[in-house]
Parts: sequence; C-alpha cells; structure tokens
Amino acid sequence: MSDSTAAVEHAEHNDPALLHHFATAQQQRDTASLGMWLFLATEVMFFGGMFCAYLVYRYWYYNEFAAGSRSISIWLGTINTVVLICSSLTVALGVKAAQLGKRKQLVSLLLATLVFGVAFLGIKGVEWYQKYEEHHVPGRSFDVSDIIRDYPQIHIDPSHSQLYFSLYFAMTGLHALHMIVGIGIFSFLTYYSWKGKYGPEYYTPIENGGLYWHFVDIVWIYLFPLLYLIDRKPLR
Amino acid sequence: MSGHVISTKLYVTIWIALMCLTVITAAVAFVDLGPLNTVVALCIATFKALLVVLIFMHVKYTSEKLTKTVVISAIFFLFLLLGLSMADYTTRLLG
Repeated sequence: MSDSTAAVEHAEHNDPALLHHFATAQQQRDTASLGMWLFLATEVMFFGGMFCAYLVYRYWYYNEFAAGSRSISIWLGTINTVVLICSSLTVALGVKAAQLGKRKQLVSLLLATLVFGVAFLGIKGVEWYQKYEEHHVPGRSFDVSDIIRDYPQIHIDPSHSQLYFSLYFAMTGLHALHMIVGIGIFSFLTYYSWKGKYGPEYYTPIENGGLYWHFVDIVWIYLFPLLYLIDRKPLR
Repeated sequence: MSGHVISTKLYVTIWIALMCLTVITAAVAFVDLGPLNTVVALCIATFKALLVVLIFMHVKYTSEKLTKTVVISAIFFLFLLLGLSMADYTTRLLG
C-alpha cells in the first residue's frame, strides 16, 4: 500500500462514527454485517438440529404427523405468516429510512414492526391455548382420542402423536423465543432511533437487527409448511 | 456513501410476491398431488426464503464476498446434517 493511500485513510479517521482500525465506513459496515452473518450461520445449525429430529420422526411416524398437522388451525398459521412477512417489509423499509436519515419514518416503521411482532405472539398464544384445551400438550393430560375418532381410516399410535406435538411445541416455542428476543432488540432500536442515534453515516445496529428479524422470518417460512401443511388433502 | 439503497418499489414488489406465495402454498396443500404436495410446499418455502435473503437481507447487493461465502456454507452444512442423517435413517431397514 502506497503512502498516499495511507494518508487518505488517516484523513478519513476524523469521522467520529468510524473506528480507528477500519480504513473506510464501507469496510466497517461490511465487517459488522459479516459478523452478524456468522452468528446467523450458527443459528441455522441451532434450528437445524430440530429440523433434523423433525425429519427423522416424520419419516418414521408419518400417519401421526399428518393427523397432528390436520388438528392445528391452518387459518391462524397462515395469518401469522402474513403478519411476519408484513413485519419483514417494515424492517426492510426501516433500514432504508435509516440509510437516508429519515428519523421519523424510521421510528414509525420500527414501531410498526413491534406491533406486528406482538400480534404474531398473540396469535401464537391463541393457537397454543386451543391445543391446551384439546389436551394436545405433551404430558400427563395428553389425549388424542379426538384425532383418532376424526380419522378412523388412519392407524394412530398416541405415543407417536405425542412426538409430533412435542416437536410442534419445541419448534414454535423456540421460534417464539426468538421473536421475544427480537421484540426486545427492536424496542431498544426504536428508543435510540427516536433519540436520533442512527443516520446515513451509522446505522449498523438497525441493519444487523434487521438481519436477525429477517432470519427469524425465514425460520417461520419453513415451519409453516412443515408443521401446518403436512397433509391437508381430502382423505379417501 | 451509505451502502446500497434499494428502491421502495422493489421492496413492495417482493412483499406482494411473498404474500401471494403464502396464499398459494396454503391453497395448494388442499389439492391432492400425492407425494408432490411436500415437494411443492418446500419449493415455495425455499423460493420465499431466497427472496428474503437476496433482497430484504441485501445479499444480492453486498460487495463483501465473504458474506456470500458464509451464507452458502451455512446452507451447505445444514444439508450435510440433514442429508447424511436421512441417508442413515431411510436405509436402515434395507440391510
């Protein structure tokens, strides 16, 4: 590297948002984004273990998985997918508002994201409560005699049904936990955006918080068909 | 310079596409396609995930090649986990 380039780099270090060990603001942003992507790669493996368990048991006990899947509300699942996709749009537009330095727009988009996030958890709660009332929560009061009665043409082993519902609660529960963490992060981001901390020269927390939110959305994009749509076609 | 700014129009187009795909995947589940039902559902989900990763998460526009490497290797290792596990579980009864 020539001396003149080094001089230019030092001149740029007068930017208060630029840490001294980065040459340019772009390099600093790319580095932060790369770190976030590495974290998301570990999250892929974290959820991957559950998806693997799901695949193995679905392969072994397909009938019970299909019947269990029929018993959860496809309406609540679809509405929740729509809610999450809307929240992803408000996040994406929020990052853009931060890039352009539109503070008021950024705060309202982050607030909209929080509303969608809380709505998702509320709908999820309604769904879980339905399962609780139907005695489909694995444990001592677990009972799938209603499912067995509804589908006499399918052979169903209640202990295998319990595996489906265990995975259903573990996977949607882990996803909901990520949503709760996301809502925490976005409350923090909303507060600091309102204080005017983020703008075109520094919006890394908004960008990385957004990456996290979109990742949680993608997990749901896969959970929806895998848990809700296993077998909805008319039974012969 | 403040990174790549994507037009609001493109974001909204992607959002509309994601909404349509959600309705399609829920509707198609009620049509009897035999074993293809799962394949179609997973293809739609993967296409939706791709739209989110490339546009909403800016991977299509990043100048940092390492980011793309990390994304691809994360998917690769996930397939390694799922692929090798299923290669075991689905062939146990054959021996």
